[in-house]
Amino acid sequence: MSDQLIFATEVILNGLMAGVLYALVALGFVLIYKASGIFNYAQGVMALFAAMTLVGIMNGQVPFAHLINAIFGAHITHFGWNVPALLAIILTMGVMVLLAWAVQQFVMRHLVGQEPIILFMATIGLAYFLEGVADLMWGSEIKTLDVGLPQGLNVWIDDTTYGILGYGFFIDNLDIVATVIAALLVAALVAFSQYTKQGRAMRAVADDHQAALSVGISLNFIWVLVWSVAGFVALVAGIMWGTKSGVQFSLSLIALKALPVLMLGGFTSIPGAIVGGLIIGVGEKLFEFAIGPLVGGATENWFAYVLALIFLVFRPQGLFGEKIIERV
Amino acid sequence: MKMKLATVALSALIAAGPALADLTFPSLSYRTGAYAASGIPFADGYADYFTLLNERDGGIGGVKANVLECETGYNTEKGVECYESTKGQGALVYQPLSTGITYQLIPKATADGIPIHSMGYGRTSAKNGKVFSNVFNYPANYWDGASGAVNYLLEINGGDIKGKKIALVYHNSAYGKEPIRTLEELSKKHGFELSALPVDHPGQEQKSQWLQIRRDKPDYVLMWGWGVMNQVAVQEAANIRFPMENFIGIWWSGSENDVLPAGDAANGYKALTFHNVGTDFPLFDDLKKYVIDAGKAAGAGDQVGTVLYNRGLYAAMLAAEAAKKAQEISGKADITAADMRDGMEALEITEAKMAELGLPNFGPTFSVSCENHGGDALVGVTQWDATSKTWSLISDFKPTDGEVIGALIEEDSSAYATENNIAPRCN
Repeated sequence: MSDQLIFATEVILNGLMAGVLYALVALGFVLIYKASGIFNYAQGVMALFAAMTLVGIMNGQVPFAHLINAIFGAHITHFGWNVPALLAIILTMGVMVLLAWAVQQFVMRHLVGQEPIILFMATIGLAYFLEGVADLMWGSEIKTLDVGLPQGLNVWIDDTTYGILGYGFFIDNLDIVATVIAALLVAALVAFSQYTKQGRAMRAVADDHQAALSVGISLNFIWVLVWSVAGFVALVAGIMWGTKSGVQFSLSLIALKALPVLMLGGFTSIPGAIVGGLIIGVGEKLFEFAIGPLVGGATENWFAYVLALIFLVFRPQGLFGEKIIERV
Repeated sequence: MKMKLATVALSALIAAGPALADLTFPSLSYRTGAYAASGIPFADGYADYFTLLNERDGGIGGVKANVLECETGYNTEKGVECYESTKGQGALVYQPLSTGITYQLIPKATADGIPIHSMGYGRTSAKNGKVFSNVFNYPANYWDGASGAVNYLLEINGGDIKGKKIALVYHNSAYGKEPIRTLEELSKKHGFELSALPVDHPGQEQKSQWLQIRRDKPDYVLMWGWGVMNQVAVQEAANIRFPMENFIGIWWSGSENDVLPAGDAANGYKALTFHNVGTDFPLFDDLKKYVIDAGKAAGAGDQVGTVLYNRGLYAAMLAAEAAKKAQEISGKADITAADMRDGMEALEITEAKMAELGLPNFGPTFSVSCENHGGDALVGVTQWDATSKTWSLISDFKPTDGEVIGALIEEDSSAYATENNIAPRCN
């Protein structure tokens, strides 16, 4: 194998891994859009909020400490204990369920039947509100997130590929973990929607919410459920991205990485989000590797959108999206 | 009723506005948004120093200092709005704390006669005081940083880096591209091989760049990063097992925020600086006594001694010293922005003065003149110790390559002067 081919193979493998991380973010968008037709602009901020809450709970941080101190003249910051990662994840999930309930109770319930653009606007408001709440609740400093996930070069892959090709491939252990978790997550989501009563109700609402309502399915409950599941996906994405870069406010910008994935994979398909993520990941990395040096580099952000646009032109509903049929 | 309302409004206005005799130092801070983690310590340090002067010395030359904070969210439009809303309140000098805001304010502040101090950022060629009458970027600028990094590499390589491979990982923005021209000139001069790797904003995904570094095996990597790009770069460098001691960031890539998320893996990472780190200076005792313990700190008091807090404090100290110089030149305590500009242009920071201020060896010595608004361009290097979670200054503040940088500054500032019909001053 020539050096260039070996390097390209390494780039493709890393692109696939990066694609999984993009897909993790895209999944949250798909879940909510599929069930309620809402493009949830706040999905990135939900990942940030979930990750901040997780770190806060793990570190025993007092929520709203700055506010409490300012009002009562106190100087409290921490409870003085640390919470194990698994328990903290469970507690964070509880907070995300509460958030889902609050979103449904105070925002979405009042907007039933409104135009999609109104619902979209509501999620923009929600995103900025949630960002502010996260700041007030946990502070704006950059936090280290360590839930015990391995990071760095996978030595086995490095040694094995070096033995075969004379060049050791770099694969990040965290990316391997993310791939396994994404696979488990998708399997769990599919199993949930296929084999549980609530999952089937969720699918019924996604297909036709008026028909679902007529057979006694509670829309309120299903939407809280959908936002909770999206919150769980956001938590998983927040853990993966937060482990890489620390938990900080720019974590909400990972949503930008999900948009081309959604354009490509469709807004209503879970397999679409995964395959879309992989195509975007490989496409942008390969383009950067092959063409980047000729045009000064930094092509990944815009090329992902070019790739998505090309797919959009030929298949507006996305790779796996439901075909749009308008009958007159 | 109307009368009552008018009285209440007037009272509120008087209470909210600064006393006329105060020396007003606007602080264009960003305590919210994606970059708040960097903005908060700087703003705290800037405000706390002036609080210390007020509490301990009764102000500057007997006049209280008033820090007028305005939230920019690190957003250029908001920064300009902050400038417009505060300039009429007796503003003496602006520290825009953003290269984007600085570029927008240069023509505005120059027209308004208010000086700008863009310390370690902004338009590099503003060092040329003959063209940029109201802009100051002492004690060092981006091009000094690039040269400082190369000089440091020369020093640790026995003065010879010919044939060495140096990669620059940079934020793909005007800021990130600043050092490229200087590094290109220096690569010609010293014979090193330079490769530049841009990272798109915000920089959360850098796999391509670090895979390339792994393939190319550069001897050293320099970084011009910002925000999340820094933390990801340090982590990716650790992931590919790049030797951290050969990885050097600019001063905006060298705070605690940038290394803590990577944990022990960040040990040995280096960053350039133009001020010292930590709290081991006499001034910090006063700061504790008069500001922190007295409950008068601008923030929670938990940022004291961090790199960015010290940078804010250093900026405030330089502003206060320039104000003292302005009072001395004008012969009056209640100075104007024009007096402040004159004070900044005559500023001289000696080691004796730094020691007198309780900050011995805290920053480089330098002097400012009509022609030179950038000082003496001395740059130091710090290194991160992951065990003690502290930065240490590992070099003196050393000179940069004036020959190469001077020519570039002359070229860039001349072009600006021609574009804007500016007649050179200082004749």
